[in-house]
Amino acid sequence: MIPLSELEVHEHDVLIVGAGGAGLSAAIESSAQGMKTGLICKSLLGKAHTVMAEGGVAAALGNVDSRDHWKIHFRDTMRGGKFLNVWRMAELHARNAPVRVRELEEWGAVFDRTKEGLTAQRNFGGHRYPRLAHTGDRTGLEMIRTLQDHGIHQGVDIFMECSALDVVKDKEGKVSGVVCMWRDTGKFALFKAKSVIFATGGGGKGWEVTSNSWEYTGDGYAMAYEAGAELMDLEFNQFHPTGMVWPPSVKGTLVTEGVRGEGGILLNSEGERFMFDYIPERFASETADTEEEAARWLEGDESARRPPELLTRDVVARAINDEVKAGRGSTHGGAYLDIANQRSAEDIKKKLPSMYHQFKVLAELDITTDPMEVGPTCHYFMGGIRVEADTTMSNVPGLFACGECAAGMHGANRLGGNSLSDLLVFGNLSGKGAADYVRGLSAQPEVSEEDVNAIIKNATDILNRESGENPYLLHEELQANMQSNVSIVRIKEDLEKGVEELEKIKVKYGNIKAPGASQFNPGWHESLALRNLLITTEAVARAALMREESRGGHSRVDFPGESDEWFKYNIVTKKGADGKMDVQRVERPEPDPELKRIAESVLEDLEKEVAEDQANGK
Amino acid sequence: MALRNFKVYRGNDESGEMVDYQCEVTEGMVVLDVIHRIQADSANDLAVRWNCKAGKCGSCSMEINGKPKLACMTRMNEYGPDENISIMPVKTFPVIRDLVPDMSWNYAQNKRIKPYAPNQSKKDAKGNYIMMQEDVDRVQEFRKCIECFLCQNVCHVLRDHDRKDVFVGPRFMIRLAGLDMHPLDTVDRIPEVKKEYGSGMCNITRCCTEVCPEHINITDNGIIPLKERVVDRYYDPIAMIGRKLFGS
Repeated sequence: MIPLSELEVHEHDVLIVGAGGAGLSAAIESSAQGMKTGLICKSLLGKAHTVMAEGGVAAALGNVDSRDHWKIHFRDTMRGGKFLNVWRMAELHARNAPVRVRELEEWGAVFDRTKEGLTAQRNFGGHRYPRLAHTGDRTGLEMIRTLQDHGIHQGVDIFMECSALDVVKDKEGKVSGVVCMWRDTGKFALFKAKSVIFATGGGGKGWEVTSNSWEYTGDGYAMAYEAGAELMDLEFNQFHPTGMVWPPSVKGTLVTEGVRGEGGILLNSEGERFMFDYIPERFASETADTEEEAARWLEGDESARRPPELLTRDVVARAINDEVKAGRGSTHGGAYLDIANQRSAEDIKKKLPSMYHQFKVLAELDITTDPMEVGPTCHYFMGGIRVEADTTMSNVPGLFACGECAAGMHGANRLGGNSLSDLLVFGNLSGKGAADYVRGLSAQPEVSEEDVNAIIKNATDILNRESGENPYLLHEELQANMQSNVSIVRIKEDLEKGVEELEKIKVKYGNIKAPGASQFNPGWHESLALRNLLITTEAVARAALMREESRGGHSRVDFPGESDEWFKYNIVTKKGADGKMDVQRVERPEPDPELKRIAESVLEDLEKEVAEDQANGK
Repeated sequence: MALRNFKVYRGNDESGEMVDYQCEVTEGMVVLDVIHRIQADSANDLAVRWNCKAGKCGSCSMEINGKPKLACMTRMNEYGPDENISIMPVKTFPVIRDLVPDMSWNYAQNKRIKPYAPNQSKKDAKGNYIMMQEDVDRVQEFRKCIECFLCQNVCHVLRDHDRKDVFVGPRFMIRLAGLDMHPLDTVDRIPEVKKEYGSGMCNITRCCTEVCPEHINITDNGIIPLKERVVDRYYDPIAMIGRKLFGS
């Protein structure tokens, strides 16, 4: 056993795991609250998933359409989430997003401008008004660089290329730190902390076709689960409708929704604009039903309704899936996304420069002259660690979560642009929440030498084994299983098979072997991440099997349509006393009546109310 | 589909060798796909950095057949069907392991730059800053930078002369240029640009511009205007006489 005195030890009031937009926001706020703050991340700073976000950040600034208001943003978010969102989280998000976006400008972000010199806003799926502040199609880069360049001057201790392995707690169950591994040397370190904020993102690496990078292995879900935290809504996985489908090596790479926001249309192999056939009843009164009306909308006619390509992501992804299954797919099994015939080449290059570049280099295709081929790609987890809305704390005292790894904000389906605003709003709130919690503690909770050593031994066993399973090939097996059995459209038999396969992969994982030394050894890193991905995908598969309805990002062929009965429940997953995964349905609390009223209002009535609010300076 | 030959650097900063690997190359593959395949099948511990695999994060900078590139944006069909391909880490920074360089010097340079501080009077009643698009076009060009540090890797001052002690390199010159040209920023960084960040070290060979995967016109739009600002400030003949007479 390694005595703690021989281990590298760091001490912080608040330790944040993950340095994407949520982690950086949390760190900045925690430091501003006077906390000694540490930030650890698996990659170099500025490389986290936020950098890949393209289309924009949603906030009711009202710069382009002054009728916008937090109430409308809130209503859009709830409808997009099929009303399964935690009401209070959706409210906090809609109310706070504008101030957080303006704060980014204070810190140096340079968003595209309107003619009046204000932050410009663009249209996106499910958003009533042009609402997404953006910088071309590289909004995530603009945001993460801003947070990074500001954050490094806020007195935060930043530890790059450092992997969190597991959380440690004191005897009473309070968080007391995180055991980590330096990726370059393979050495271990103990980060003692009075509170820990997870900003660890999602787990898209469980699927073959995904827009996610190697980092997205559900680390936060799995570490929280092992620490006794509850996970919620994991059955809701967002398949983004437009990932690249060709060539094979880039299958899944994201094509921004901004293409459709800028007027791009979806066509099948017969040249039909098929989205007109897939308008759900709930959105029928707010969606154009002819090409002529959609065209007028694009020209800025306020009386025209939105084109069906801008329906929510779950609807568009399923529509593409159905078209391909019906034999009307594109050459390589997707749909055609055409912007070439909708906008001038000059506009396309100005508004969508990185899409132009991406297709030119990776697919040898000029999007200003030819249609793209796109199909669904695993993109985002709506579910995650169950947290209290205002503080973002989980059921484990001192363990907080924000951004994609937290559950509740997006319900059953996330609107595009709401993740970038989510990470700003809840990153900030978690910094505050953790600071408040720490102020209530009298001392640093104790760390048990035994627990630390158990975590280290788990990690080194993988290196020390004589022989065993190849981590990369086992990961590929896991991805193939999730892709075929727990995918965009689900059915009981497949899900059961998926769970069975996962059990077999878990057994193999027990004998995983990373050859080589401990210094910067990706095979070892892959093996460690695979534990997390296995817990994550098991939670997804089991929750998907339990929820017998189709809602948002969870579609069951055997249970089509939303069920009023299931609407009353969230699925909550935690580690059982027997060490097995415990999956339960838990009744949702009654919503605040005022929030319920706003979300369920008829659009025209709410717009009238907002106009009155605005006239009265509210 | 063809079996192709690759030589990949394996080792650290002190010692290493080029190791031969073979990999099936299929349509559309990029060099990063090849590395991943080799890693999965025959060299589980081959160290490489990558994230987005779409040219957006700047993690996978390396030297492919001697050319500094992003491995995720380098298509295999750029090379002849029988061409052998060598893959090396970037040269200008120490090697941690295999294809992974130690980039910490770059992060240290960024921290030396005084942060943005906007002119608070340029806000409207709702707290929005007012800036015109034409005034931020150039700033946005520089902000396209994905910090792949390929420009740092090819800069003669850093690569050949190893003068990391006197020059922050093209990446941070354009960061400084972006702040200097920002319509709302209030901080004067020109004295540091000259004295601490080493604008005079650049002799405008434009190697940085050539290698930029974001096609930022680093030299002409960023470094040269900064040099001009320094010249205006410090080498204006009348001001020079003034300084001689009255000191500065």
